[in-house]
Amino acid sequence: MSGAAGWVLWALVGLPLAGGALLALAGRAADRVAAPLAVGTAGLVTGLAALAAVGRPRVEAPLLAGLPVRLAVDGLSAFLVVTVAAVTWLILGFCAGEFARGAARARFFGLMLLFSGAMMTTVTAGSLPVLLMAWEVMGAASWALIGYWWHDADRVRAAGTAFLTTRAADLGLYLAAGAAFAGAPTASLALADLPAAAEPWRSLATAGVVLAALGKSAQLPFSFWLSHAMRGPAPVSALLHSATMVAAGGYLLLRAGPLLDASGWGGPLVAWTGAVTAVALGLVALAQTDLKQLLAASSCAQLGLLVLAAGVGSRAGGVLQLMAHAAAKSLAFLVAGAWLAALGGQALSGLRGAARRGPPGTGVAFTVALAALAGLPPLALWAAKDVLLAAALADSPWLYAVGLVATALAAGYGARALWFVWRDAGDATVGRLSRPAGATLALLALACFGLTFAALPPLAGGVEAVLGGAETGAVRVWEWVVSGAVAVAGASAAWAWGDRAPPVPAGARRRLLDWLGLERAARAVLVAPVSRLADALARFDDLVLHRAVTGAARATGRLALATERVGERRLFGAAVAGVAAGCAGLGRLARRPQTGLLHHYLAQAVAVLAAAAVVLLLVR
Amino acid sequence: MLTVLLFLPLAVAVALLALPAAVARRAAWWAWTATATAETVLVVVVWAGYEPGGGVQYEARARWIPSAGVGYHVGVDGLSLPLLAVSCVLFLACAGYSRRETRRAREFAALFLFLQTTCLGVFAALDLILFFVFFDLSIVGMYVVVAGWGRRPAAARAALTFFLYTFLGSLALLLGFIGLYLAAEPHTFDMTELTDRPPLQGRAAPAALVLLAIGLGLAIKTPTVPFHTWLPPAHTEAPAAGSAILAGILLKMGTYGLLRIAMPMLPEAWRRFALVFVVLGVVSVLHGALVALAQRDVKRMIAYTSVNHMGYVLLAAGAAATAGERAGRLAVDGAVTQMVSHALITGALFLLAGVLYDRGRTHAMADWGGLAGPAPVFAALTGIAAFASLGLPGFSGFIAEFQIFAGSLPARPVATGLALLGVLLTAGLFLRALHRILLGPPRLPPGVGAFADLRAHEAAAIVPLLALATLIGVAPRFLLDVVEPAARELVGLVAG
Repeated sequence: MSGAAGWVLWALVGLPLAGGALLALAGRAADRVAAPLAVGTAGLVTGLAALAAVGRPRVEAPLLAGLPVRLAVDGLSAFLVVTVAAVTWLILGFCAGEFARGAARARFFGLMLLFSGAMMTTVTAGSLPVLLMAWEVMGAASWALIGYWWHDADRVRAAGTAFLTTRAADLGLYLAAGAAFAGAPTASLALADLPAAAEPWRSLATAGVVLAALGKSAQLPFSFWLSHAMRGPAPVSALLHSATMVAAGGYLLLRAGPLLDASGWGGPLVAWTGAVTAVALGLVALAQTDLKQLLAASSCAQLGLLVLAAGVGSRAGGVLQLMAHAAAKSLAFLVAGAWLAALGGQALSGLRGAARRGPPGTGVAFTVALAALAGLPPLALWAAKDVLLAAALADSPWLYAVGLVATALAAGYGARALWFVWRDAGDATVGRLSRPAGATLALLALACFGLTFAALPPLAGGVEAVLGGAETGAVRVWEWVVSGAVAVAGASAAWAWGDRAPPVPAGARRRLLDWLGLERAARAVLVAPVSRLADALARFDDLVLHRAVTGAARATGRLALATERVGERRLFGAAVAGVAAGCAGLGRLARRPQTGLLHHYLAQAVAVLAAAAVVLLLVR
Repeated sequence: MLTVLLFLPLAVAVALLALPAAVARRAAWWAWTATATAETVLVVVVWAGYEPGGGVQYEARARWIPSAGVGYHVGVDGLSLPLLAVSCVLFLACAGYSRRETRRAREFAALFLFLQTTCLGVFAALDLILFFVFFDLSIVGMYVVVAGWGRRPAAARAALTFFLYTFLGSLALLLGFIGLYLAAEPHTFDMTELTDRPPLQGRAAPAALVLLAIGLGLAIKTPTVPFHTWLPPAHTEAPAAGSAILAGILLKMGTYGLLRIAMPMLPEAWRRFALVFVVLGVVSVLHGALVALAQRDVKRMIAYTSVNHMGYVLLAAGAAATAGERAGRLAVDGAVTQMVSHALITGALFLLAGVLYDRGRTHAMADWGGLAGPAPVFAALTGIAAFASLGLPGFSGFIAEFQIFAGSLPARPVATGLALLGVLLTAGLFLRALHRILLGPPRLPPGVGAFADLRAHEAAAIVPLLALATLIGVAPRFLLDVVEPAARELVGLVAG
């Protein structure tokens, strides 16, 4: 498609990418204007996203030989572009007031725009090359954002861990691209063509896509990088955990639904990975003593349900889960950041009463966010979860059961966090929110309620219609009741349990607190051996290869010396000297006859003539 | 036109040396920069006049040694034009960067001008002996740069190692060229004729021997593992501009030779032994990345990443032989893009490492820290160059590596899968270097009071390189339009 709709799509991805890159490059000079520029751009992008969601443009431009850049907004992308744009706008609006005042604001706002632009490109990408480009740029932007406070070596290291872990998984997309290319010799690497690839390439492509998505979404076994990513600024976490980065993995799996189906094994693998992550990281979240860590583990768990939805082919459930989680999680992180700024702590024990002590309005906002994460009715995640769990039930009752366990755990950690922040009332409030920040919180909180309606009839049918494709049946009423009851029960239990240590053995608790020891395992199994191998190879280079070369050179030198000694002096030298000496001897001999005495000469002449006569006689 | 492009630098170099020393010293940098600028303009004109897909253009011939079948024959096509262009750009950058070079400025400028002629000559040559002569002279020129302007006292030794090792390689190359000459009927060193009628078709054993000789010569130059040990010391000890040219241009002569000589002139043998090159490529990718990861010296690290990056080119060239039409073309596109990309990015990285050395007389990573504070421009450019080098999309490296991977995977899935790990390793090593040098708490070498940010001439040299790398990364069509027809032709020749 060309014309106006096409330009809308180009602008939708180009504005945040180019604007963000320029702003970040402009450096400190642009600090003063960074916030208004970025918020303005994000607002414009949100408008464009709405236009694109309605107009459904497609554009194409040549990139590589026969492999064009393809961008398109279909039903799935329509939801995503609006979510990404709106959440970015709200978060940037929140930051415009106080965040990083006096610091490198241009870099912060520029990178945030770039980050969301990469996500925007990811969710509109129609072919693998452009998807991969956006995907990796997003990872790099996350590195720069997590390491925003770069003076602190710990934060930089955390950024490195995040980037390297997700990039390791990104290799899957390279593999998938190569496999798609091999499997369909005429293909243009369009995402829609992937299921048609020939075996075994299709399986390889599926594996690659799944690997990349699980890494980005911090599913098992990659979850640990998200724990470190918490060291970045809170608004970064708010964006990274909601509408970008971790959401990208879930989105890709929703997008790759037909490929998962076609592979035969992709769906179940993805569904169970999501389900196991939802339970395991739910337990991890329950064990955390730090608010941001709790929220991070909760992201893995909630996205586990999104991944589960993708695995069982519930596009509607997945999209609703993604949007509801984006609203709730960004809200929670923004409040956590505000509390960190106002109260100076993020340990749960230090946040007692924060809901009352913190800036006005934050307590309510946080409560809405955590209640939504807890899956309490009538908030959006409760409703969304049921849509996807209904599809899981149609697939396997076991998946449904695991999903319910995850629900109970989510309710548990949600209530646990709320218990702390409402405990021990202190009355003096500290700090104030700027007006745009307050508005952001209010809008996100409203979204936590409003999105519920999208999951309930009659709107739910509309969502499915927009997404297109086959859908499982509607959610039955008892399912709403069961999941709501499980959530309420889980939340009540956690509330009653209060701040006592979780009822598990100390060893298990330590393991949970440490995110299942995943990072230590990765370091022990991968990083340490690679580094040892690297050192060994470097020594091999210096001590063996290089020595062999210099040794060969030295041997050549020695050979030269030997040649000089033996060849030159003894052989040739001696030979030449011998010849010379011989000649000299002959010369000396030749001098002898020349005595200067006449009779000697006469005698010689006679002797020579006689000899000549003899020779003549003999010859003849 | 092409002949002017080739010999203008040499003429200016001779003029500089002929001028009285006092005049020449002051005029040297200006003359050098003006010539390099003129060269860049010329190459842009050549590019603008080049007809993509039109085969060899701007050809020029002259009689040279007709009795031996040797002639002066130059021309450009889609394989050589990008390398000619990137050479001109990089030489200009080095000229700009060397604004403050005070040690024998006249000789330095003349030497680089001489080097420019030899480098351009290698890429433009269409006669094997001409190619060989330029190839050898470039080694001589670089030897003098390292030995004369390198870091004492180790430079002399590093330069000698470099010279002898690569000279040995060029001798092997000459042997191979003579083999091609003798096998051709009628005997000729002309590259277009040898490409049109590849000698040694159907004669497996002699073809294998000739490929061995040529392959060895080019493998040393590229360099591939295990022939790479001359590279780290030469890079470490060379002055920054010398390292940039050595890594940016001279290494390309090896891989360019593979695409220009080995593949089209020995297609059967190339197909038969493609696996050898694939394996060498993958070993270079992984070994280069791993050893780079172990380095504690910035320049040595960058040098080893060159081994890694050139390994991808080798992998692509090997895989292209059996990958089929479409994938093979993509792989060769990627290989050429990688050469251009590596020249730009590694050139920039070495110049940045030169800035580091200029400020503190050390390349050791442990000596530096937190430079993003005092030198934000330096830090930003180094960060960009590092991310470009680790193959981040948006920069030329990704365009190159993506094509190489996608093009090589169909024919060589296991090798390509292993080579993919190189992408992760380079990410790790560059992040570590950035972390160590630019971020974290501030740290300067003992005795260094402050770190001055990039000066204008340094920025003017480095920024255009990275800007070009970004342009190729975002909008590669202008480059690929030139490369793709040549890649198609090459794959057509090799695939038989």
